[in-house]
Amino acid sequence: MTPRELVLATVRRSLGVTGAEATRRSEVAARLAGHPPGVVPERGQLEPAGRLDLFARMVKAAAGTVERVADMAEIPAAVAAFLRGHNLPLAIRHGGDPLLSSAPWKLAGTLEIRQGASDGADLAAVSHAFAAVAETGTLVLTSGADNPTTLNFLPDVHIVVVDACDVVSDFESAMARLRSRFGAGVMPRAVNMITGPSRSADIEQTLILGAHGPRKLHVIVVGKP
Amino acid sequence: MTDVATHAATSPRFKDNAKSALADADLQNALKFVEVNFIARRREAAERLPEFDALRDSARDIKDHTLAHLDLYLEAYENRVVERGGHVHYAVTGEDARQIILDICRKLGARTVTKGKSMVAEEIGLNDFLAAQGITPIETDLGEYIIQLRHEMPSHIIAPAVHLTKAQIESDFRRVHAHLPAGRNLVEPTSLLTEARAVLREKFLAADVGITGANFLVAETGSSVIITNEGNGDLTQTLPKAHIVLASIEKLVPTLEDLSQLLRVLARSATGQDMSVYTTLSTGPRRPDDPDGPGEYHVVLLDNGRSSMLAGEFRDMLRCIRCGACMNHCPIYHAVGGHAYGWVYPGPMGAVLTPSLIGIDKAGHLPNASTFCGRCEEVCPVRIPLPRMMRSWREREFEQHLSPATVRSGLAFWGFFAKRPWLYGVATALAARLLALAGRTRGRFSWLPLASGWTRHRDFPAPQGGTFQAQWNRQRGRLARPVGQADGPNL
Repeated sequence: MTPRELVLATVRRSLGVTGAEATRRSEVAARLAGHPPGVVPERGQLEPAGRLDLFARMVKAAAGTVERVADMAEIPAAVAAFLRGHNLPLAIRHGGDPLLSSAPWKLAGTLEIRQGASDGADLAAVSHAFAAVAETGTLVLTSGADNPTTLNFLPDVHIVVVDACDVVSDFESAMARLRSRFGAGVMPRAVNMITGPSRSADIEQTLILGAHGPRKLHVIVVGKP
Repeated sequence: MTDVATHAATSPRFKDNAKSALADADLQNALKFVEVNFIARRREAAERLPEFDALRDSARDIKDHTLAHLDLYLEAYENRVVERGGHVHYAVTGEDARQIILDICRKLGARTVTKGKSMVAEEIGLNDFLAAQGITPIETDLGEYIIQLRHEMPSHIIAPAVHLTKAQIESDFRRVHAHLPAGRNLVEPTSLLTEARAVLREKFLAADVGITGANFLVAETGSSVIITNEGNGDLTQTLPKAHIVLASIEKLVPTLEDLSQLLRVLARSATGQDMSVYTTLSTGPRRPDDPDGPGEYHVVLLDNGRSSMLAGEFRDMLRCIRCGACMNHCPIYHAVGGHAYGWVYPGPMGAVLTPSLIGIDKAGHLPNASTFCGRCEEVCPVRIPLPRMMRSWREREFEQHLSPATVRSGLAFWGFFAKRPWLYGVATALAARLLALAGRTRGRFSWLPLASGWTRHRDFPAPQGGTFQAQWNRQRGRLARPVGQADGPNL
């Protein structure tokens, strides 16, 4: 018996089943295909404007910062202002994301722009979130050339752009969007759900920001829902 | 049990461990924070979410459903991982898991591995094993890093270094980070964290293999899920050539919706956050157009006795999502900390799980280290009946004649009377009257024969007003009067 067969056989013996029972198989298949929702909190069930306010409130509660801009044309200035406000060099890195690439970066003057995955040398990165969850102020980012995963973790400052239309009420809505974008049962290599900047409370339970990931998380919400 | 990892267990010496823990001033100082912080934060988080208790029911039902169909969900999960180019390895024992991980590391010529926090890795003694094979494991969670420097086990499943004061951590950093200037200021926790961040950043970038645990495995998508606040798990699994996920088989959940339910109770129960900072779903290795991510993705599915636990009265324990709420609310844990339990899993969940994994003969003290106050069950996000299971272990210990002779003869003595209610009533009434008479002047005893275990630490009050049974009968007589005359509480 291979280890795999041995483990499965012991599981089945303990459960008193053979694994061939049609009712069990159809029950499991139905759950995987139907993915029924469970208890979805009221908290996020708001009209679009209220949902955006909740999202901003929850990001701040998680020690992140939020600002809103009218359209992508305002992004370069907002990014530059944030960096200046924190005495950071005017340099960012982003991936090949079409929305981010469409921003008129030249308007931000001396802002230096690098593209691609991070090698650990960048102080600030800009990503475009796939979605955001109002319920907890959580950003949902997907891996790939457009928004490399390393940008979420290596730089000191992470600036995340999210379209107001992509701010959803709850996790279930975000999961539904992943399914419709990538297909049922299919996921990108990494889905990073991020709620605030990195932190640790491992020393005498004192909460300190900036453990291994970004010390600052700044969210820019673009447009109207 | 012949597994090397269990040899390190000091659970058989729980009583001695507890005694020295109570006398350890540093430990007692550090433990003060546990009770205050964790309990208040969890309560506030639960109160902010009106659906919290309904979500706990939902979380329990999801885990029960998954366990009842575990064979099928394992198969579904495995298919998805393989479809996405990942590898699944089944490990029957800890030894098997260690060997599988070593083989993967050897094939890649790995010299250093970074590690995210994993209780299963502690369970199988992975670090010592890898080090003995010439591969350097580096813990990257701040708490785990600190205890690795001290060659200790975690004392808490989510806050591994909760037993240490910052002064102790400072002296460890000065000892190990000897290449840094001796005059540097490390007084503030912030400076300790900044130093660890800089030291570990180099290790992240240089590691050949990254090993993480998994909080959940999603059958629908073949994803492993890790949850951290530091971001160390993500750097561990993103930067090296290969990512190895070490997870026990009960981590399965069916769908992304089920995952959402469990996420809502996990962080709230653990740290009182609505969400931990980083929740990451990883599915397979780097894709053709990915600019980053590991080239290989392996999942090692560890059984180590869990498939057998499915059969018996301890199946409910497999619902555990390792939030730590039970130990955060446990008066025994508050008093002695996690190391006294002598193995990987402390507190009430450890008192139930450890006997299952290393044997009741070694871990018999743990289910006895309980006041049965029931707070652990009250706060458990998946409603595990921990006190009931601790009682079951006590029964098994007694049946297997493992409990000490004094306990056994004491219980036999009590049992003799308990089976003869009339004799019991007479004997206790007589004893109560004698004690009342003997203690009538002071109202208490500072010494009693056969009760020195009690009187060594506090006085024993002299009984007053008859035995409980006698008072109960009197009270019941009053309540049994016709309706309208009853004056007692409605029982």
